Amino acid sequence: MLKTFPKGGVHPPENKITATKSIQRLPVPKTVHVPVAQHIGAPAQIIVERKEKVVIGQVIAKSGGFVSSNIHSPVAGVVTKIDKIIDSSGYKKDCIVIRVDVKDESNFVDEVFPIKHTIEQSSEEIVKIIADYGIVGLGGATFPLHVKLALKPDQNIDCLLINGVECEPYLTADHRLMLEKTEEIVIGIKILLKAFGIHKAIIGIENNKKDAIIALQKICKNEPDIQIAALKVKYPQGGEKQLIRAILGREVPVGGLPLNVGVVVHNVGTVFAVYDAVQNNRPLTERVVTVTGKSLETSGNFWVKIGTPISDLIAAVGALPEDTRKIINGGPMMGKAIKNTNIPVTKGTSGILLIAEKEASRKEVQNCIRCATCVAVCPMGLEPNLLMSLTEKTMFEQAVSEDIMTCIECGSCSYVCPSNRPILDQIRLGKTVVKKLDLLKN
Amino acid sequence: MSIQKNIISASPHVHSGKASKTVMYDVVIALIPAFLVSMYVFGIPALITTSVAVISCLFFEYGIQRFIMKTKTSITDGSALITGLLLAFNLPSSIPLWMIVVGSLVAIGVAKLSFGGLGFNIFNPAIVGRVFLLVSFPVQMTSWPSATPGAFPLSDAVSGATPLGIVKEGLMYGETMTALASKIPSNIDLFLGVTGGSLGEMSVLALLLGGVYLLIRKVISWHIPVAMLGSMALFSGAFWLYDPTMYASPMFHVLAGGAVLGAFFMATDMVTSPMTTKAMLVFAAMIGIITMVIRMFGVYPEGVSFAILIMNAFVPLLNKMLKPKRFGAKITAKFV
Repeated sequence: MLKTFPKGGVHPPENKITATKSIQRLPVPKTVHVPVAQHIGAPAQIIVERKEKVVIGQVIAKSGGFVSSNIHSPVAGVVTKIDKIIDSSGYKKDCIVIRVDVKDESNFVDEVFPIKHTIEQSSEEIVKIIADYGIVGLGGATFPLHVKLALKPDQNIDCLLINGVECEPYLTADHRLMLEKTEEIVIGIKILLKAFGIHKAIIGIENNKKDAIIALQKICKNEPDIQIAALKVKYPQGGEKQLIRAILGREVPVGGLPLNVGVVVHNVGTVFAVYDAVQNNRPLTERVVTVTGKSLETSGNFWVKIGTPISDLIAAVGALPEDTRKIINGGPMMGKAIKNTNIPVTKGTSGILLIAEKEASRKEVQNCIRCATCVAVCPMGLEPNLLMSLTEKTMFEQAVSEDIMTCIECGSCSYVCPSNRPILDQIRLGKTVVKKLDLLKN
Repeated sequence: MSIQKNIISASPHVHSGKASKTVMYDVVIALIPAFLVSMYVFGIPALITTSVAVISCLFFEYGIQRFIMKTKTSITDGSALITGLLLAFNLPSSIPLWMIVVGSLVAIGVAKLSFGGLGFNIFNPAIVGRVFLLVSFPVQMTSWPSATPGAFPLSDAVSGATPLGIVKEGLMYGETMTALASKIPSNIDLFLGVTGGSLGEMSVLALLLGGVYLLIRKVISWHIPVAMLGSMALFSGAFWLYDPTMYASPMFHVLAGGAVLGAFFMATDMVTSPMTTKAMLVFAAMIGIITMVIRMFGVYPEGVSFAILIMNAFVPLLNKMLKPKRFGAKITAKFV
């Protein structure tokens, strides 16, 4: 029996078109736009000036608080502007524009690093490297990793979960990484185990990635500390609460963190970034991005420098298909629709999905027929229909007592609703208003 | 690079493709086997009754929405069609046609549209229509044409009582179940459906076929049918074990009358049934018990309709009291 979480979930068509495409290196763009707010928490503070020359890996914006992260230059070149750019949130954000120096060879060498097995650094040194090198969670939440590593004395963990689930349809970045950087990921896990001072890690992978499961099992044969858990394919298993429930049977309490049940969860991409930082001395300046869509003739997975415009990614797989009506930063379930393709790739960009006309628009909203499918699929045990109508009626206090704030915004409710009701839209609105009201109270 | 007319909307960006319409038409498909059996048993009058009910339900839905409520009409969503079919299924095939029209008006006009239309009604419209007719025209509503399987009569044959009616009357006049056994159809006949009664409640086999289809298509879940029939069997079984001469067997009660039709098609109506599995179980178990209380101790031989309407009224309360377990509300595994 494959493990999974017991309550709710959906199984949208997987559409992992790019699963067999090995990761290619995207050509370095002419200019990069590096936003300073690529992570959850305070934006980083810009420490370079216009016309300043920068080299690859140089800190260009410094962590702006405890929950914040350094930002490094992905290229060698000259800072041309400190500008504002619309990112995938739809808001204008500060960014550093760097013109790539075409004469600088460091921009174009594809260095191959030999795999380094021994971990020389102490636990404290590892945490420092992770903080200095701007590593954030690459699964989508972009939470600064060093904050997750800084446990308080009363916080104990016994198990590290590695998230290789990639439950979003279409996306294959983590899948390819597990296949191509298998050994590096395993060493990365050992680095994190050392940082935490614990001896148990479990990698959770959905069973539609059998090749990755086998590859990791082969390498982990002689690693008593690392286990592989094959999971039944079910969305949103990549959500950390669902993953912990699926693998360990522990339920993160309402309003709590994985820490409350003795667990920390890291994405495989993050683990690879940790390896690269600790063993190869390389800050986080590039990541794997899947570029995919049903109408695309070619599609693929790419190593992309942070700050590369999304248009470069689309150009790498040919032109934008005629029938494209929606460009999504991320997967189809939780990704963000973006306005144009000038938006840069950031640390949290896991995929670019092009959706054609046929699937791009929503169908007509009809009356709720109380079929209760949304209740059945909600992985958090909520009543989405109720939360939606409470929000519509501006009954926010009741919405809070119906646990609106525990919604993880996975979108399963809107996905299944036979009346095409915008359930999650309303719940999001409700959550936003509740947060605002709380702020007013304090 | 920017695309023309690109769409910005919040996630999720894909949809399962399931539509209310598909749900509704799945129910219609599931009712076909039972309809065919009623045609086989009652002949042309069954077809006429069903057609009149369906046409008048669609007519009232359209007419009221178009001319009184002045809203967009929703006759194509399939819900009025289902109401018509289910109303017909709950009528004797010999009923005067104008009564069907009155029943349809009450079902669609009063029970459904006056509450706001699809999704807003508290009570199952078809059952409201049926019960309205039952209390208004008790004679016509309880004159059952005899079953003439395979004969395809053009009009109705002599009337006879339903198996439940025979048992009710017999027990009332002091007869024992042993004596009544020869007068009621065997369980096999009840299962296959060659007995007297309302149109659609004939064949348990045909209804089960439709029910299984709904289960496979995930239109309904097992909770309501199983809990309702289970509680009926348990409740009647207890009495039957106590005195088999005075009480009919649980098998008889489950197979006779509208139990199976009610369990798979009426109590499961999405709009008027609870939304959480716990509430569904309580809701259906209570329907089973109320049905049995009416059948055994009430005036009417059959109680499924009343039981469903009574429990429909409790649905909002059940939804409130029996919530799904919130994730993380209680820590299931201890931290080692």
